[in-house]
Amino acid sequence: MSKSDNALFLNRRHVLVAACAASLLGASGLSMAADEAPEALIQRITNETLNAIKADKALRSGDIGKIMQLVDTQLMPHVNFRRMTALATGPAWRKATPEQQKRLQEEFKILLVRTYSGALSQITDQVVVVKPLRAGQEDKNLVVNTEVRGKADPIQLDYRLEKTPGQGAGWMIFDLNVLGVWLIENYRNQFTKEINAGGIDALIASLAARNKSNTKAS
Amino acid sequence: MIAWTKRFASLALLFSLVALQGCATVKTADARDPWESMNRSVFQFNDVVDTMAIKPAAQLYVKVLPSFVRKGVGNFLGNLGDVWSMANSALQLKGQATVETLMRIHVNTFFGLGGLLDVATEMRLEKRKEDFGQTLGYWGVKPGPYVVLPLLGPSTLRDTLALPLDMQGDVSRQFSDEATRNALTATRVLDIRSGLLQTVDVVMAASLDPYSFVRDGYLQKRRNDIHDGNPPSSFDYGDGEADPK
Repeated sequence: MSKSDNALFLNRRHVLVAACAASLLGASGLSMAADEAPEALIQRITNETLNAIKADKALRSGDIGKIMQLVDTQLMPHVNFRRMTALATGPAWRKATPEQQKRLQEEFKILLVRTYSGALSQITDQVVVVKPLRAGQEDKNLVVNTEVRGKADPIQLDYRLEKTPGQGAGWMIFDLNVLGVWLIENYRNQFTKEINAGGIDALIASLAARNKSNTKAS
Repeated sequence: MIAWTKRFASLALLFSLVALQGCATVKTADARDPWESMNRSVFQFNDVVDTMAIKPAAQLYVKVLPSFVRKGVGNFLGNLGDVWSMANSALQLKGQATVETLMRIHVNTFFGLGGLLDVATEMRLEKRKEDFGQTLGYWGVKPGPYVVLPLLGPSTLRDTLALPLDMQGDVSRQFSDEATRNALTATRVLDIRSGLLQTVDVVMAASLDPYSFVRDGYLQKRRNDIHDGNPPSSFDYGDGEADPK
């Protein structure tokens, strides 16, 4: 490679960097117009949620009404909760009536929000570090690995997303991994056991009963 | 030595019990859990012991000792535990993890007042827990059937067989004075259980059947740890229904 070629090459790279920078600036100006990268989306949602929790004592002290509101405004727009519930339910989901599917989603959501709301009292100075995406993943099933870092041991928190062009921010979360345990996989057996014993209605009833006893306990 | 023989005898007894239980069948059996009915009994037994003795002791431990003391105790025991983690990282040929854990031990022992302070974590030397069960898993040994051990809780046949070595490798069991050894073991039980006070309540509140919830969670977590956080997905995500909202 001659000297002039080399200079040309460098120039081209500079142009490319400048173009990238310009497009990035443009994109940030337009905000939601273009779909975000999945890891950028996760970083944004977790930062916003963490900041909201740090700023509001009622959330940390377990005010379930306020927590539910936070979940609905900050998280649910990015979660395909219907798919989550369907996957946790398994093949029986398709045989369920729309009314049963709706009830099941409602009770499952309450169960999950209650489960995790206790952990909010632990939030003080934590930050979420999003790890680089692993290569070779598919758009319809893509894992973003993150780590919650604070004073205690780091907590593994991963998200499974699907690309949904034009819907939400371009990606929807459909599974969550806490400390190495995927949520849907862990609930599949719980749900199947109830369905085998008494069908979808038995499952809904058990979830409702569990939610009721959790309300009493807290 | 006598204590060691005793432990081995009780382990042998456990295995014969487990083997006998192999004949029993359970409805809606899970292929990974052929000894479910036996395991469920032990799970219940553990739950009773926990409710009666271990949980109240852990609650007292939290109530009596200020958090900086408990933190120091946890760090000290964690530093001793790092030695065996390092050995297992080496056995899994994880060069960087081995070196970093060695540095952790050095930093915490010499600059962290003998391990009372976890200076290494603040220096971004990440704690990596590895045990011999994970080492076996790394080299391709399958977990085998799920086992709930009396007092020790969830395990698998592989991890149970690895347990005597894990106990030997535990630095806190190398002290010649038996009283010291026992005190360290008791403290560790309190340290671990007090750290789990909330977790156990969450598991009880989150599950419809705590036994299978803990089992499925444990088996997932072990696979996760053996693959350092990224196990190949074995769950069929196409099986539900992917229709749009």
